[in-house]
Amino acid sequence: MAGLHFELVSPAKLLFSGDVASVTLPGTEGEMTILPMHAPVLATLRPGIVTVMKDGGATDKMFVRGGFAEVNAKGLTVLAETAIAMADLDASAMNAQIKSAEDEIAEAKDDETKRRANENLDHLKSLQAAI
Amino acid sequence: MASLKDLRNRIASVKATRKITKAMQMVAAAKLRRAQEAAVAARPYSERMAVVLANLAGAVAGQSGAPALLAGTGKDQTHLLVICTAERGLCGGFNSSIARLAREHAERLIAQGKTVKMMTVGKKGNDALKRVYGKHIVEAVDFRGQKAVRYDNATGVGATIIRMFNEGAFDVCTIFFAEFKSVISQKPTALQMIPAAVAGGVAADLGGAVYEAEPDEGEILTDLLPRNISIQVFRALLENAASEQGARMSAMDNATRNAGDMINKLSIKYNRQRQAQITKELIEIISGAEAL
Repeated sequence: MAGLHFELVSPAKLLFSGDVASVTLPGTEGEMTILPMHAPVLATLRPGIVTVMKDGGATDKMFVRGGFAEVNAKGLTVLAETAIAMADLDASAMNAQIKSAEDEIAEAKDDETKRRANENLDHLKSLQAAI
Repeated sequence: MASLKDLRNRIASVKATRKITKAMQMVAAAKLRRAQEAAVAARPYSERMAVVLANLAGAVAGQSGAPALLAGTGKDQTHLLVICTAERGLCGGFNSSIARLAREHAERLIAQGKTVKMMTVGKKGNDALKRVYGKHIVEAVDFRGQKAVRYDNATGVGATIIRMFNEGAFDVCTIFFAEFKSVISQKPTALQMIPAAVAGGVAADLGGAVYEAEPDEGEILTDLLPRNISIQVFRALLENAASEQGARMSAMDNATRNAGDMINKLSIKYNRQRQAQITKELIEIISGAEAL
């Protein structure tokens, strides 16, 4: 069976492009794993880790923040505002992310955006603990 | 007629100018490579974004609840022109050609009886437009002292645009920037951002399938559309950065060449005059000796 064509794009660059076995995404409404031949889906993402399972069974992990995923007949595309390979993610990078998430809360005007920003911050903090 | 000393000074000063323009050209060439790489690296994101947006827009098209950012306010009375230019001059016609395009656009809208508001991004655009359109300029952003275009700059501008839109300050938003074609060619471009001008052809590659959306389409769209604005601003800024360096490079190349030509001309003049003076002195000495 043909692999899943996966692309991870951030405004700065194309981080990943290639055929993989499966991809696990941190969806807003829960984790989900996309396998080849998945039905077309559009989903927003919360801050979290994208796990890429390659054909040989090796995995690749990448941190994403603020983005969404699109699955169509051609494959899966993740568009993320911030995307960092796990290998490059360290405590200081994480702190910078948390700082900007806190700014977002401060800037949020209505309750709904505030609630979302808070949720995002919580996710970030739990990730920070995991590192 | 200029004396020999004047000519000597003149040559020295043109030489100094040539050194400076040569240095600026080389700096611009180095910066251009980096700016070009950044602009190319950002392209996949905005392209994919356009495809996703076109697909989504196709899905909600015709529904009454489509978000205003996509469908527009239903009017086109007030126009916001976002004009992106450079922070610095000495780059040929770069800033003025963008300003001219924006000015023509504004004139046309005013002639049609529309209200025009302007937002300038970059100092030079503001300088060029404020004299005539000072009262139209509602916002002026500049990124002075920053080395490279960062995504947060674009999100800041995007957030301002969206805030103004939500306040009902304008109906249609168009962004002006110079598209980077090549080092010698930068094309001033106007691009409509709100309501989102969605290319109809792109939606076809879905093959008629319908998306499952999680959460629902409306929610994704409200998340996506503001982000799309920022992306477009970001792309405009990156294209601009590359265009600016390209324009500066060719402008400085011209200036260096002109300075070289001028030095040649002045040197010839200097040498002729020196020779004439020597001849004159010789004649004076000889005729003086003969008189004795």
